Amino acid sequence: MYRKILIANRGEIAVRIIRACREMGIRTVAIYSDVDAPGLHVRLADESVCVGPAESAKSYLSIPAIISAAEITGAEAIHPGYGFLAENVHFAEVCESCRIGFIGPSARAMKLMGDKSTARDLVRRAGMPLIPGSRNLIQSEAEGLEIVRAIGLPVMIKASAGGGGKGMRLVHSEEEFGSLFLQARTEAQAAFGVPDIYVEKYLEDPRHIEIQILADSRGNAVHLGERDCSIQRRHQKLIEESPSTAVTPRMRREMGRTAVRIAERVGYTGAGTVEFLVDRKGNFFFMEMNTRIQVEHSVTEMQTGIDLVKEQIRIAAGASLRYDPRAQPPSGHTIECRINAEDPERFTPCPGTITEYHAPGGPGIRVDSAAYAGSKVLPYYDSLVAKLLAHGTTREEAILRMLRALDEYRIVGIKTTIPLHQRVLRDMDFIQGRFSTQFLDGFLRT
Amino acid sequence: MMNSKDVKDLIDLISGTDIVEVEVERAGTRIRVRRDGGVHPAAAPAVPLMGPAMSAQPTAAASAGMGAPAAETKLPENVVLVKAPLVGRFYRSPAPDAAAFVEVGDRVRKGQVLCIIEAMKLMNQIEAEEGGVVRAVLVDDGRPVEFGEPLFEIEKAD
Repeated sequence: MYRKILIANRGEIAVRIIRACREMGIRTVAIYSDVDAPGLHVRLADESVCVGPAESAKSYLSIPAIISAAEITGAEAIHPGYGFLAENVHFAEVCESCRIGFIGPSARAMKLMGDKSTARDLVRRAGMPLIPGSRNLIQSEAEGLEIVRAIGLPVMIKASAGGGGKGMRLVHSEEEFGSLFLQARTEAQAAFGVPDIYVEKYLEDPRHIEIQILADSRGNAVHLGERDCSIQRRHQKLIEESPSTAVTPRMRREMGRTAVRIAERVGYTGAGTVEFLVDRKGNFFFMEMNTRIQVEHSVTEMQTGIDLVKEQIRIAAGASLRYDPRAQPPSGHTIECRINAEDPERFTPCPGTITEYHAPGGPGIRVDSAAYAGSKVLPYYDSLVAKLLAHGTTREEAILRMLRALDEYRIVGIKTTIPLHQRVLRDMDFIQGRFSTQFLDGFLRT
Repeated sequence: MMNSKDVKDLIDLISGTDIVEVEVERAGTRIRVRRDGGVHPAAAPAVPLMGPAMSAQPTAAASAGMGAPAAETKLPENVVLVKAPLVGRFYRSPAPDAAAFVEVGDRVRKGQVLCIIEAMKLMNQIEAEEGGVVRAVLVDDGRPVEFGEPLFEIEKAD
């Protein structure tokens, strides 16, 4: 097992990883940008190294600075968290060549699944369900329109290197295709450094359902059930839950089996997520695989009792899987609300200083956060302040518990998404489990 | 365990002397008092968190053997701090047995090499951004430095 791990991230996920390390007896090195010196991750880690200025490109994304920090502190492995360098193939390769463990899949598996277009190809060849769309990258408007006519409107334009909703455009008519095609390319270039895009059929009112998998380096792979992440705005997830009200035991088995087969096919190791879109009839289609620990991993942890971050670290260190999900099935219901520093109506980021802070507690509640009274939400980084989770024996209990916890939560000094969560959790369609990825857009218009 | 009086005694002990830093370890608790002209950024805000590790290690950077980016408030106006532009290991000379690039009291010109910071096996030469006289070398040869850590004090020529 590793004796010392460097955490190449900040905020709640850095704190989450430090917590896992402490429980495992592993020493931790935090990295931070100069404006992040008061960050909770810096204070909780055994050691810390300032790696650069506020701008991510020169600090949390600076591969030389991070590798150098690992070398001077003698860290044996790096946990990238999510975002930043978590799905950067080059970073995983540099770690490999510097003989520093990368806590994630091999650079090879990441490369295969990280490029959305390659991943679709691989899944198609494996004979698994895929949303109809372009087989290859779209180079021109004419080429795109040809595909549109073949699969029918509406279509979604997507960035091949995509994630977080960047470089995506929904197209309803052939007339608007040209302009949206260019917009998506420009955005993809700005966000990911490559303008590669592809087109796929847009499903009306789908659910976003993803399967959590764990795989070790000895060929064992399991799935840990689903998360329903349909409550999202502009492809930014806001509420996640497990189990999904739209998934039957049979669908769960089939989606789980598909996810595990994909992982096995690419020799995937560690924690990963296979995302599916599910249509109204319960047909599911492969969307993409995320080769990292995800923000919402905590939902599965609460639901199954499995510590995914510890498992990631164990697997990266060469240990084999400990869990048989059949012997340890998930129980009850878990809901997660992302508390962002955002105006709850306009969704504009709301950086500032948190002057008062009190997190909820009591039975069935978990809070993952790096916030404290006096801490700052900085404009340079993402706006996630906390993940609030509620677990109950039934979905109803989980909802009531979440509402109780949202009422207890006190964050003064910045605007947060708490009021929006309170409205959604009282909405009759949400309570009855009738919703799609379109839910929030409609909800916000009313 | 040490109490607040022990810490105060340590501060009293070094105040009025030339000692910049003192570290005392007793019964598993380590206290390091360092005078660097400002408050350690990682220790500045009061976080209502107390754990054995946090009380035993007053500053996170201290345990990594690295100083913190110090505040510049006490420096005279004609003195500039040369700070580490990158993370790495600090070397005062081009080779282990070679003479140091600069010594205290040396006059340096703009662009002159002051030291090397090794990062990912690459030797990065750090040059003076302004000419002047080296007033202090703030880091020991071979020590790791973090981004923004003060390395030299240079008194400007004019």
